[in-house]
Amino acid sequence: MALSELKIGRSAVVEGLRLPDEVQHHLMHMGFMPEARVRAVRRAPTGDPTVYAVDGMEVALRKDTARWISVREFEDELR
Amino acid sequence: MSSCCTPATIEVGASQRIAGKIQTVALVGPPNSGKSTLFNRLTGLRQKVANYPGVTVEQHYGKLSGIDRGDLTLIDLPGIYSLNTHSEDARVAVDVLHGRMPGAPAPDAVLLVLDSLHLQRQLMLAAPILALGLPTLVLLNMSDLMETRGGEVDTLALARELGVPVAKISATRGTGLDAIKHFLDKKSEQVAIATPRLELPVVGNPRSYRQWATGISTRTKYKAPISSEWTRKLDSILLGRVTGPLLFLAVVFGVFQVVFSVGLPISNALQTFLNHAGDKVGLFLGHGWFESLLIDGVWKGVAAVLVFLPQILLLFLFVGILEDSGYLARAALIADRVMRAIGLNGKAFIPLLSAYACAVPAIMATRTIENKRDRFATILVTPFMTCSARLPIYMLMIAAFIPNKPLLGEFFGLQAAVMLSLYVLGFVAALATARLLKSSILKASSAPFILELPQYRVPTLRSLGLRLYDRGKVFVQQAGTVILCVMIVLWVLSHIPFHTDLPQSIIGHIGQWIEPIIKPLGFNWKIGIGLLSSVVAREVIVGTLGTLYGTDPATQSLNLQAALRHDLTLGGAMALVVFFAFAMQCTSTLAIVRRETNSWKWPALQFAYMSVLAYCAALATNVLISHFF
Repeated sequence: MALSELKIGRSAVVEGLRLPDEVQHHLMHMGFMPEARVRAVRRAPTGDPTVYAVDGMEVALRKDTARWISVREFEDELR
Repeated sequence: MSSCCTPATIEVGASQRIAGKIQTVALVGPPNSGKSTLFNRLTGLRQKVANYPGVTVEQHYGKLSGIDRGDLTLIDLPGIYSLNTHSEDARVAVDVLHGRMPGAPAPDAVLLVLDSLHLQRQLMLAAPILALGLPTLVLLNMSDLMETRGGEVDTLALARELGVPVAKISATRGTGLDAIKHFLDKKSEQVAIATPRLELPVVGNPRSYRQWATGISTRTKYKAPISSEWTRKLDSILLGRVTGPLLFLAVVFGVFQVVFSVGLPISNALQTFLNHAGDKVGLFLGHGWFESLLIDGVWKGVAAVLVFLPQILLLFLFVGILEDSGYLARAALIADRVMRAIGLNGKAFIPLLSAYACAVPAIMATRTIENKRDRFATILVTPFMTCSARLPIYMLMIAAFIPNKPLLGEFFGLQAAVMLSLYVLGFVAALATARLLKSSILKASSAPFILELPQYRVPTLRSLGLRLYDRGKVFVQQAGTVILCVMIVLWVLSHIPFHTDLPQSIIGHIGQWIEPIIKPLGFNWKIGIGLLSSVVAREVIVGTLGTLYGTDPATQSLNLQAALRHDLTLGGAMALVVFFAFAMQCTSTLAIVRRETNSWKWPALQFAYMSVLAYCAALATNVLISHFF
């Protein structure tokens, strides 16, 4: 599924990114790396962008960026 | 518990580029890791610091006198995530680091500043930096916060893993800095012993950087601190669906109300004091041309500007709190939807908000916007945002012409409402112009919005105090130099030829010559002279009016507000503030736009567009108000 479809409060593991090289590089340095764990924290008051917790940081992404990041949702949430 | 500094256990850097003395040291690190705070500590200088990524956008130099190494130069660099650059500020950092920046000395040692709250991710930057082969000291900043929140890391193991010394510091508190001195003293005398024994990941591949960083953080038993609980709680309110936008508006309203209810009385008291002081000195001097020059000319002019110092400081205090607390990044998030509608990015909102203080640093701050066309559009609309230099003329006109009727109870009055509408007017003009630019000459596909949200921090009194002190100094200096000179020139021109009335003086003639152009706006010739003089800087107009009305026998005995009421209609007064909302009267802004866009074309376009808009809007205001009131 796409990261943009992840429900608030749910976690997932990043599978891959399909974005222009420059953007992809930047995102990877911010922690959006294959196998990294991402959690959707909250949406902005207007519904977009969404704040994601990754690597202990919070990063805001628009839907049209997050939809190009594919993730695998955790089946059983640990917490 | 002051285990702040770990002595270097491994003396040797990866390899030294040049054996011998070091002269230039660079501060490198990810955005918002506290480099500039450390820079200020180490050099005793005062570069701007705040709590959001991308505050520093160009390199700054200073002598390391804070740790008794005044012989060494320290370079503060914009934050970077990697050595691959995608924005202007990051390009600056990488160019300086590689010694490719013209005029900048190539650094021969590096202080790598990492935020220890997010060490695992920040370590990714260590790989490309260590690969540069310069002597490096790794500084784990905010280690005090990390420890109080239950985080830990084995610095000895980390030093072993990285092959360079590591020290824990707190730049805000100034602890651990002796490790830096120790490192620099050692490196200065030491001859290179090259034993590169470091295994670095494949250069340029983020995935291998990450694996490397994860491995190191596991082996050094890094335990991330629990993320601040109240940042999350605050965010659930400040970014809440309903509460978020409401609180955002409340903040804006509150600022205006405080500037009025607290600032205006202080400013009035200051005015009374300055007038009395002027009168007292005038009595000493007796009647004569010298008294006239000093009191009616210079003093009344300079004092008219100085009385607005309290309001300007209050405004800077608020902008300072917003910037230091970490709220600014949240405001950008809330505004992203609106900014997207006009074709810009939420990130552009950060410079626009800082422009409430001053457009010059705000235009510099656009360097963090990755897309060049977006950046230019933001630069071009930033001067529409109501900067603090417009405050004096707004306050003066509103206090003179608008009665303070309560609107929303005691909390929000008519005067504050008019002020707020002027701010909204500037903001709307900025957005509309940006929309225009983005759909015409600066059209571009939308750039992605990627914004890191910093954790909230309580602004320190020291940092806020320094901001206010520096700003107050600039304002008073400006009043004592630029404005003083303009006032002397004005006084002289308004007294030549000798023994004539003001309308027959040179200044009167210039004024009457331009009067036909500005008459439709409801302005008289004195306002016209004010407009001419304010091309230097916006607040000069208040001084000019102070001098002109102070020199004119008809209004000499009145205070400035009464003198203006005597001379202007409500329509003219409101047309004047609307003119100021739109016009580009600031030589410093034009100069910085020229520098940042590297061409005279953009500032010229900007000046012409804003002047035409200002004239038309002022005309419409005067016509409408004269018609309805």
